Amino acid sequence: MSDIDIAIAGNAVSLAGVTKLYDNGVMAVGPFDLSVRRGEFVSLLGPSGCGKSTALRLIAGLALPSSGRVEVAHRRGEARPGHRIGFVFQEPTLMPWTSVGENVRLPLKLAHAPAAETDARVAEALARVGLSEFADSYPRELSGGMKMRVSLARALVTDPDILLMDEPFAALDEITRFRLNNDLLALWRKLKKTVIFVTHSVFESVYLSQRVVVMTARPGRLSAEIAIETSEPRGEEFRTSAEYADYCRKVSAALAPSYAGQSAL
Amino acid sequence: MSATANERTPAASGSPHARRVLRILLPVMVAAIGTAAWEFVVRAFDIQPYVLPGPVAVIRTLAGDWGVLSHSLLVTLVTTLEGFVAASLGGILLALLFNVSRVLEYSLFPYAVILQVTPVIAIAPLLLIYLPQQTAVVVCAWIVGFFPVLANTTLGLNSVDRNLAGLFQLYGATKLQTLRFLKLPSALPYILGGLRIAGGLSLIGAVVAEIAAGTAGAGSGLAYRIVESGYRLNIPRMFAALLLLSLAGIVIYALLALISHLALRRWHESALGKDN
Repeated sequence: MSDIDIAIAGNAVSLAGVTKLYDNGVMAVGPFDLSVRRGEFVSLLGPSGCGKSTALRLIAGLALPSSGRVEVAHRRGEARPGHRIGFVFQEPTLMPWTSVGENVRLPLKLAHAPAAETDARVAEALARVGLSEFADSYPRELSGGMKMRVSLARALVTDPDILLMDEPFAALDEITRFRLNNDLLALWRKLKKTVIFVTHSVFESVYLSQRVVVMTARPGRLSAEIAIETSEPRGEEFRTSAEYADYCRKVSAALAPSYAGQSAL
Repeated sequence: MSATANERTPAASGSPHARRVLRILLPVMVAAIGTAAWEFVVRAFDIQPYVLPGPVAVIRTLAGDWGVLSHSLLVTLVTTLEGFVAASLGGILLALLFNVSRVLEYSLFPYAVILQVTPVIAIAPLLLIYLPQQTAVVVCAWIVGFFPVLANTTLGLNSVDRNLAGLFQLYGATKLQTLRFLKLPSALPYILGGLRIAGGLSLIGAVVAEIAAGTAGAGSGLAYRIVESGYRLNIPRMFAALLLLSLAGIVIYALLALISHLALRRWHESALGKDN
């Protein structure tokens, strides 16, 4: 941790006055401000199309802001952005033509990491998500939840400081989603990563995060911030607690204005 | 409920197998009936072999003239193979260049289309004037085979999953790495589809050029044999050469389909069983 640049005062990510204007004239984001402390678990919550995925892509460097500043803490001496950021997409986004193990190995391979080292790291990442036995399987042989786990293992394999997750569990059934929520929390507690988690589910955001950032409808701006302060560690009993229900009500109320003016479909 | 389920299970598991047998059996039966009818008509009406030879006469000619015909078959196959290899390499390499450089794509793609839409039979006589015959024949095979490879590879290279491309960008992949680990593998099913078309077309190109060259008289491929036998009214040999050409086309197609299946069977939808 000592080699992390302290230039931006303990924040892992900070966005200041960031806007994103697409070529077709649509203003997707902003101006948007956000700071995320190192090791924090933050959810970005907002209606569909409010620019929360765009915000995540801006943080990842996959898109450039039209104005404003995006700062991501980096370790000294590391030129390539991929080393400090892991990204989990909405879909598993696996290469269908190769095995699970090779999919997880990809970030290391692209960085020309020595083979002896990558084997151990791939095995470790797969063990973390409970898929050690599936290294030689092909993605199509796995269920939706398992594919998402592979995607998570791939994001973890470079040991990034920041994990960006773009509605990763939205397409899964509820039981699988709850399990992956718990597994993600366990990983977060163990690995102390900074996590920015995009979702449109109030319940998921409250269950997972330390802070919920509510965004307005497009162009996405910060509408409200709600800290979720509960006793750690959270587990299934938290999901059914009165405290959880209270927070969900609070966050739902904060989210309601974002949907104002839209017809309820 | 359970009675219906019990009745359904054996029928459902038995029918795919039965269907597969039918798919082989039915065309074989059509061929058998057709050939028998052909032979019957030839014999019943006592049609002369220089008008219409029966299948037995064709097979007998095939066996009797095997020396000449097998040599011609080899010549045509070598021409087809050369044209096919040139078309495959040319199509894939040009598609890669187009993928790297927009300027190159915009400058050259229209000409690739023009080359494709101009009937090769009209180009062949010109090529025969300017090129040695063997080269001209290979060039004809190349011209017709090359476009489907180019078009399919281009389509494949442009069909890369957007998120995967983002992932490669995130991890700072170089252009070469992106090509090798992302673009080529995702384009592979398309490329193989293009090759499958190009295989058959290369044979057609070779045959067209041989026929165009036929009157010049220097060739010895199967198409040349057909033209030559026509002049000599050796109709059974025309049929025998035609049969060999068809068989060659079928074998080329089957080989390329097999290669495609072997390369894709572990992951691509097109190569997976329907019940997976």
